Amino acid sequence: MSKIHVSTTINGDTAEFLCDPRETLLDVLRDRLGLTGAKEGCGTGDCGACSVTLDGRLVCSCLVLGAEAEGREIATVEGIAPGEELHPLQRKFIEHAALQCGICTPGILVAAKALLEKNPDPTETEVRYWLAGNLCRCTGYDKIIRAVMDAAAEMREAA
Amino acid sequence: MVEVHLWSGLRAQAGGREVVEVEAKTVGEVLSGLVAAHPELQEVIDAGVSVAVDGRIIASGLTEPVNEDSEVYLMQRLKGG
Amino acid sequence: MALDEYKPQKGGDELEQGHAFKYVGTRPDRPDGTDKVTGRARFGADITAPGMLHGAILRSPHAHARIVSIDTAKAEALDGVKAVVTRADFSDAIQPAPGMAGEMWNVLENVMAGDKALYDGHAIAAVAATSALTARDAVKLIEVTYEVLPHVTDVDAAMADDAPVIRDGTADKSVPPGLHPNVVRYHQSGHGDVATGFAEADLVIEDSFTTEATHQGYIEPHACLGILGGDGKGELWCCTQGHWNVQKICAALLDLETSQLRVTASEIGGGFGGKTTVFIEPVALALSRKANKPVKLVMSRAEVFRATGPTASTSMDIKIGMNKDGTITAAQGVFRAQGGAFPGAPMEFTAMCAFAPYNLANVHQVGYDVMTNRPKQAAYRAPGSPMAAFAVESVIDELCNQLGLDPLEVRLKNASREGTRASYGPKFQRIGLVETIEAAMAHPHYSAPLEPGQGRGISCGFWFNHGGETSVTLALSEDGSAQIMVGTPDIGGSRSSMALMAAEVLGIPYENIRVTVADTASLGYNEVSHGSRVTYASGLATIKAAEAAVRELCRRAAAKWGIEEDAVYWEDGYAKPSGPNAGDFEPLHISKITRRMGATGGPINGHFEATPEGAGVSFATHIVDAEVDPETGSTKVVRYTVVQDAGKAIHPTYVEGQFQGGAAQGIGWALNEEYIYGADGRLQNAGFLDYRIPVASDLPMIDTVIVEVPNPGHPYGVRGVGETSICPPLAAIANAVSAAAGVRMRNLPMSPPRILAALEEQSGG
Repeated sequence: MSKIHVSTTINGDTAEFLCDPRETLLDVLRDRLGLTGAKEGCGTGDCGACSVTLDGRLVCSCLVLGAEAEGREIATVEGIAPGEELHPLQRKFIEHAALQCGICTPGILVAAKALLEKNPDPTETEVRYWLAGNLCRCTGYDKIIRAVMDAAAEMREAA
Repeated sequence: MVEVHLWSGLRAQAGGREVVEVEAKTVGEVLSGLVAAHPELQEVIDAGVSVAVDGRIIASGLTEPVNEDSEVYLMQRLKGG
Repeated sequence: MALDEYKPQKGGDELEQGHAFKYVGTRPDRPDGTDKVTGRARFGADITAPGMLHGAILRSPHAHARIVSIDTAKAEALDGVKAVVTRADFSDAIQPAPGMAGEMWNVLENVMAGDKALYDGHAIAAVAATSALTARDAVKLIEVTYEVLPHVTDVDAAMADDAPVIRDGTADKSVPPGLHPNVVRYHQSGHGDVATGFAEADLVIEDSFTTEATHQGYIEPHACLGILGGDGKGELWCCTQGHWNVQKICAALLDLETSQLRVTASEIGGGFGGKTTVFIEPVALALSRKANKPVKLVMSRAEVFRATGPTASTSMDIKIGMNKDGTITAAQGVFRAQGGAFPGAPMEFTAMCAFAPYNLANVHQVGYDVMTNRPKQAAYRAPGSPMAAFAVESVIDELCNQLGLDPLEVRLKNASREGTRASYGPKFQRIGLVETIEAAMAHPHYSAPLEPGQGRGISCGFWFNHGGETSVTLALSEDGSAQIMVGTPDIGGSRSSMALMAAEVLGIPYENIRVTVADTASLGYNEVSHGSRVTYASGLATIKAAEAAVRELCRRAAAKWGIEEDAVYWEDGYAKPSGPNAGDFEPLHISKITRRMGATGGPINGHFEATPEGAGVSFATHIVDAEVDPETGSTKVVRYTVVQDAGKAIHPTYVEGQFQGGAAQGIGWALNEEYIYGADGRLQNAGFLDYRIPVASDLPMIDTVIVEVPNPGHPYGVRGVGETSICPPLAAIANAVSAAAGVRMRNLPMSPPRILAALEEQSGG
């Protein structure tokens, strides 16, 4: 099967790749571009471990085809830290021990960042429902919710 | 002699007994003593057992010491998740 | 190192007398934090190799079928396919044997089917190709002729006279005569005389309970990359709880010398017991050997559900007698557990844990390990114990209700203490059950008022914990920093705990220590990260390795000062003369010694190898408030408190995390999660949409209380904490839901349809 040529922007950098029409955006990120931060936990959009943003909208990259990236802007966990410094969400996740194994962490960070960009002052309930599409099996979510709330508070203060 | 308590499911392999006396100074000697007294226990011991000595559960160490007056219980092999 | 250095008399009890820790008990950031929040950490599926092929596995669509023939010709002919393997490509030297004695054959048979497909999802053949898509296409071209056989998936049905026989001759000698051949192991234990005990009771309640199979539900599917050449030398990267175990099993299944296979554990995306064995790793190696190229194999989520190791489902009968004052006079339980098409359902742990929290004069427990046409069960967090607690604690709750007694008072009255004869035989050493019950009674949660429609449930729980073979090496660098190599994969922040314990001994900052999970070629044997053993056993070995390095540091200082070795002691990172008689020397910092270590006797390392046998058992008490909607049958957990004995919390935040995680998994098990099989024996919910684990909006914050009753078998008093936290939730939630709904719930999960049915039955509907 002939491959499709795609030009796109990932974390602010232009990128080009060839992909099979059946390949998902997640396959392309991981296998063709070496961006393995997004994880495949289910492949069916149920776990959120592959969360990225597509033109600013939070999506499961396992449900987007690689070819659909043409001309779009994609942001992944690899682009969250602005430079040498970690993003406040990343720092708070470490500080609160909001991860145990860490496999769900990239997806949750991408999702939480998308939430705080829309709603800088979410309630606990709003955080819980926003993150309801991101499964974590280790933590019981307690420390994740606290880390997001704490990061939001810090970001509001800094703003 | 050391008194070794078996779990009751093992009675069939130990001539109907739940307590077997063996000559032993280590956990390893407890196990070999049990097999010497009741060869049918070999299969169970090969499949894996733990031994509690005075309340301390020895999962696998054959060199752990056992005293004459130690309370010794044979237990099913411990593992976890 | 002498064994007596970690014997009970030198354990946590000694430290309790006012020992002040400097690092242990603090809450620093985990050393691998940045890797994990930036996407840099490399998990199982994140590894690649030059020239790598991709594998895929063909799986049985039948629950039970004879494999008449496998034709791989069309698959092999597909462009890009480099190898196809079947059972013929694995060792034929491994023979079946009854019970657990045949476990290596059981693993082989599970990894790749032999004569029969034993469950829906059983591996039949595998392909390696130049792309994952080609491998998937090729799998569809393999032609298998099956002779479909009758199947059974339910534990009680599998014991009935007319049940199809899965593999005759599997039963070991423990099984009494007259039982169905699917009953493959049997356990019976206890003490006293239950008949007499029941006759003395003011009230006896007898009831039956069931739990469904649940999956560990780790978010990372199994993944590996195998390289094996015709020279018998190989490399394997995989996500596993124990890479030495993977090495041992893969070597046996492929007729390799163990040492010629080097296994590296990737970061691991959750395990909870499910990654203590192998599924795809030997297949990747077999494909690689045949193709002579690296092969990567990654499971899909559906494969994880269908063909890895969920926990056992159970059917249980409990009978308990109690006096009006709350004293339990006798208790007995019958526990039937199915663990799939192989022996190994953890019914002996179900039986042994069931009544362990209580001081009982008369107790008797029986367990049956039953085979069905389901995947081979694997360990799941305190395997066997949560189900037992569900059944037993439900009956105790009902006794308390009918006798008008406070459920925590009754637990306290009957609680096991130091010296109590455990239901499984020996007497308990120092344990902390009473302390957890008292802390639960004192917690504001226990006295908080309930809203209408809410119920409160409590439960105690017990787990053994484990030690296991352990090797740790610690190496000092010239600048006085330290690197530690452990062999237990870090599933929940254990690098932090190791670094804290080493910092405590060495007296150097936590940040100056790097902890690495070493591969099988770089360190001695380590048992799997299971049995809540890592902080206990690798922690103990880390302390001992650091102490060995400190002894050498003191020796170097003594040589420099020209005094006796025992005239030098170590404090806060400095060698110091032990008193005026030793001489007047300026304390020597670790970096001053290590800077010249090459010229003063060579590199300074510490190492420790042993099988520590002092893992203390542990107990927990949980309180939960639940709200049941009688219209929909759905349940909301509104408040949850975990109280558990950690012995000594090395990193309290990660201890809390274990408590919360166990509670959350228990909530899923109690309310939603179950393997659902159709009449055709196929798994009907092999995905996270239909197998619903708790999501963030399902749960409240989970409050934690860390009780510290030191374990005499660890230098700092550590008890494992990972597993006990999942023992009480099923029962505590069942008791809360039963109170809220006004009807006793005897079958898990308490899903909305089951609750509605129970409510209708009660109202005579």
